[in-house]
This record gives sequence, structure tokens and C-alpha cells, in this order.
Amino acid sequence: MSAAHQKQWNNRFVQWVDDRLPVFTILQNDAAEYPTPKNLNYWWNFGSLAGIVLVIMILTGIFLAMYYTPHASMAFERTERIMRDVNYGWLIRYIHMNGATMFFITVYLHLFRGLWYGSYKQPRELLWIIGVIIILAMMATAFMGYVLPWGQMSYWGAKVITMLFSAVPLVGDSIVQWLWGGFNVANPTLNRFFSLHYLLPFVIVALVLVHIVALHTVKSNNPTGVEPQKKEDTIPFHPYYTIKDLWGLGLFLIFFAFFVFFAPNYFGEAINYKPADTMSTPAHIVPEWYFLPFYAILRAIPNKLGGVVAMFLSILILIVIPWLDRSKVRSCKYRPVWKWFVVLFVIDCFILGWVGANPAEAPYTTIGQIGTAYYFGFFIILMPLVGKLEKPKPLPESISAAVDKK
Amino acid sequence: MANADSASGNAGGGGDSRRDFLLWTTSAVGVVGAGLALWPLIDSMNPAKDTLALASIEVDLSPIKEPGQAMTVTWRGKPVFIRHRTEEEIEQARSVDVQNLPDPQSDEERVEKPEWLVMIGICTHLGCIPLGQKQGQPTGDYNGWFCPCHGSHYDEAGRIRKGPAPANLPVPPYAFVDDTTIKIG
Repeated sequence: MSAAHQKQWNNRFVQWVDDRLPVFTILQNDAAEYPTPKNLNYWWNFGSLAGIVLVIMILTGIFLAMYYTPHASMAFERTERIMRDVNYGWLIRYIHMNGATMFFITVYLHLFRGLWYGSYKQPRELLWIIGVIIILAMMATAFMGYVLPWGQMSYWGAKVITMLFSAVPLVGDSIVQWLWGGFNVANPTLNRFFSLHYLLPFVIVALVLVHIVALHTVKSNNPTGVEPQKKEDTIPFHPYYTIKDLWGLGLFLIFFAFFVFFAPNYFGEAINYKPADTMSTPAHIVPEWYFLPFYAILRAIPNKLGGVVAMFLSILILIVIPWLDRSKVRSCKYRPVWKWFVVLFVIDCFILGWVGANPAEAPYTTIGQIGTAYYFGFFIILMPLVGKLEKPKPLPESISAAVDKK
Repeated sequence: MANADSASGNAGGGGDSRRDFLLWTTSAVGVVGAGLALWPLIDSMNPAKDTLALASIEVDLSPIKEPGQAMTVTWRGKPVFIRHRTEEEIEQARSVDVQNLPDPQSDEERVEKPEWLVMIGICTHLGCIPLGQKQGQPTGDYNGWFCPCHGSHYDEAGRIRKGPAPANLPVPPYAFVDDTTIKIG
């Protein structure tokens, strides 16, 4: 995003602005002419989709906040009032609720794309790490947002998740009291969660901008994992990928709208329409679907501190995979052994999700332990080992060579 | 950052080391100052004074007529389990080998009067409220309480016996005011 090669514009007003603030040059370089590998498939749509969902979430969230009141005695009713009395309140809230699900669907697919095509490898390590930080920020935001309606699952979810920090040796209880602002999840907790839930999305916007700056420095990976070498390997972002992203957006919005209009509570828990009761825990506490695999990992380890550490590590481990993967080949397309372990890893995540949704008893605990073992074994043992031992298929000379062969 | 006067040498008060010293001390003061300025913000998130003003409560135990009955009261926004234990329960709780418990504590240490068990009804794992207070609820493998969230089993004295919870259900500070009244806190 440098203003190094400033363009001469025909329109004098545009030129006048561009000389003082190079917005048009930046747009020209980074949104229009930006050279993009010509072989990107539909897996490359999910980054821009996730960005658009972020905008939708911020927009709907701002309007929800105009009617919501973060007070323990009012939050539940105010939320119901949005649903029943506020003009289009039901629509705005259902978009926001299901938007969280859509955000995680797009981001998880985006993450899988990176894993499958080796987009985390040199020189894209920082790009990848910023992405992991974005996911962590998203998780914190989603968790605190889920607490705001102050239903039964909101309350007990908040309790269980904040209590995770009580596992910290010595200072655990003090940390939990600090998080709560009291001796229990109560009004001070709700107040601060609302404050942070409003703040964090803007932090995510900033992180996304950093993510894009890093992306435009190292440029996009592509399905072959071979860097573009000559001009024929790339095409300008506009109109080729703007139109492809828009087409994908159209399909995605149909999917999104289906849930908003026809199954708005499909991803939710019915018991969250019961006001928070501090004296009775629901028989079966489950987090939202996007946390289920991590919840299963938490419960797989029969030691409190161990479970909490494993849960946090299950995400943090993504930060070091650029160095765990010893293979020089990026794309799974040319990794005949590794790709099956990645497939198994995806299946493992679904199994862990299923375990997380079920009660902590036999046989789920054992399955959860096996699933957890594979989850970590995949990164710590298989990733370096397969990378070293596997004999990859021959790489194409260039992107053009790979495309022309077909 | 090579300066003209660095030629005078790095030892002692020479150019670079003197500048480095100034840079480091300035940075250190800045970091410490910023840290100190941050403290009021961090501490503001701790429980406020009115939250801390711990009201102790007096609980009338007379609604519990006979052994085997229980009640739940609220103290500091937390449920407190009060149970009038039966003879068999007390006997059971006292017959276990304390050394082999996950969180070794004898039954005597956990009660003021053997028949009255008073404890905070919050699972020490992740804060759910264990079942077992009301009739018909599951009481776990040890005839006490069972936490449905992650499967912790507590015995007749509220001690952890099985499951992920690391500690026994805590006993709040309390004292008998008279035979049928206790003061918690």
C-alpha cells in the first residue's frame, strides 16, 4: 500500500485528492490491478465473505445496542422487547444471532483452506498468525455477545467459561473475581461484557486491515502452492475476482437468509429463552456449536488445570504450525500421504464437536480422549514427521503450466 | 545511529553508551509510568466497595423438621446448601479412609454439628450447581451430590470423590446462634 508509483489521473479533482491523500492510488494498486494468481478456486472466497459478515455484524449490532440495556434485571426483557415491539427488531436480532454462526462457518472454511493448501508456510507465517489472533478475538467477542440476552444458557455459559480461569494456580480465584467484578456472575459482569462486546469488533476490523496489509505484501497463495513467476501466472483482482467474490456472496447470502427467515433458532438453545436463574443450573450445558470441539477437549482431560490448558493450547498451537510443518511442498494436491491426515483431522474436529454436544459420560469421554489425542498428535507428531518422510508428487513448473495441462 | 562523537569510544561516558543509557532509562521510566497509570483501570474491574460490603445472613433452620431434609439459601449471590443429615449418612461419611480422598478432609473438619452440613453449593470444577438438594434428583455414585455439567460426584460430606472437580465443596464461615439459627459470613 505504498504511494510509491503515483498515477496521473484524468479527473482533476481525483488528482487533487490523490496528491494529498493517495486513496485512489491505493485502490488502484490494491483492489483493482492487484496481481492475483489466475488459478484461485472457490476456497479463496471465504476471506472476503468473512469480512462482509464482520460488517453485517457491526451494523446490526449498532442498531441492537440502541434498544438493549445491559442490566441484570432488564437485559432479558429488553432483548425480548427488541424481538416483539421494536420495528424489524426480530430481523436485526436474527441476522446478528445467525451472523455469528455465519462468521464462524466462513472463518473455519477459510482456516481449512489455509491448512489444505499450506498457506501458513514461508513467507506467509505472520499473515497466518494474525489470522489466528483474529479467531481468538472473534471467540472472545462471540462468547461475550452470547451472554448479553441473559438467558439461562447465557448465564451458565458465562459462569463455566469465566471459571476456567480459576484453574490458574495460586491467583486463579482472584482472577475470576476480577473478571466478574464480584463474587459471582452478576450485573457488573454483564456491564463489562457489553462494553467489551462493543469494543472488540472494532479491534477485529483493525486486525483484518493488518491481515490485508500482510496479504498484499506476500500475495495470495494458490491451489498449486507454487509462487507466480511470470506475468501470465496472475490476473488483475478487478474485474476477475471482484465478480467471483460477488457471485460467491450471492450464494452465501441465500444460505444466510435461509436460516434468518426459516430456521432462526436452529443453532441456538431453547433454554436461553428462559431468564437467567442464578440458583439452578440447566441439566445440560452446551456452548454454541462453534465452540463444541474445544469444549470436548476441555472435558477429555480428567484434571481441571490440564483440561483448561489443553483447550487453550488447541487454538494456540495453530500459531506455531509454520514451523512444525517440515515439508517444502505447500499444497495437499502434491502431498499424497499428508492430505489423508488432514482429511482425518477435519473428521476428528466433527467427532469432537459431536462429543462436546453430548453429556460427559461413557462412551463420549473415551471418544473425546481419542479425538483429543489425534488433534494434538496431528500437529505435534504427524506434521513434522510426515513432512520429513513423505515423498511429494512433482510440482508443476509454474501456475500456467499446471493450468494448461488440464 | 552512528554519531560523529562515537569516535570518542564506548567505554565510560562515551557517546553511544551514554546515549544508550539515556534511551534505556527514558524507556524504563516510560514503561513503569504507563504500567502505574494502567493500574487504576485494571483495579476498577475488581469488586466494588458495596459489592465487597459483605452482609452476613442469619438462617432459620426450623423449616427443616427431620433428618434427610435440605434447604438452599443465598449468600453473596451464591447458593448455600444446608442439609440435616441422617445417622447413616454421618456414619458413612466418617467411615471412609480420608487419606485416599482426592482432597483429604475428615468429616469432622467440615461440620460444626455432625447432623448439620453447611456448604457452598457451587461445583469446584467450573461453577455449576450440583444436583442432589431436592428429592428425586441424582445424588451421584457416593450418595451426596452430582454435578451434571462435567460429571463430578460428591459424597455425604460434600467431598469430591470422582470426576474433574479438584476440591471439596467449600464450607463458608458460619456459627450457630442458637439451636435452630446459624449466621453465615
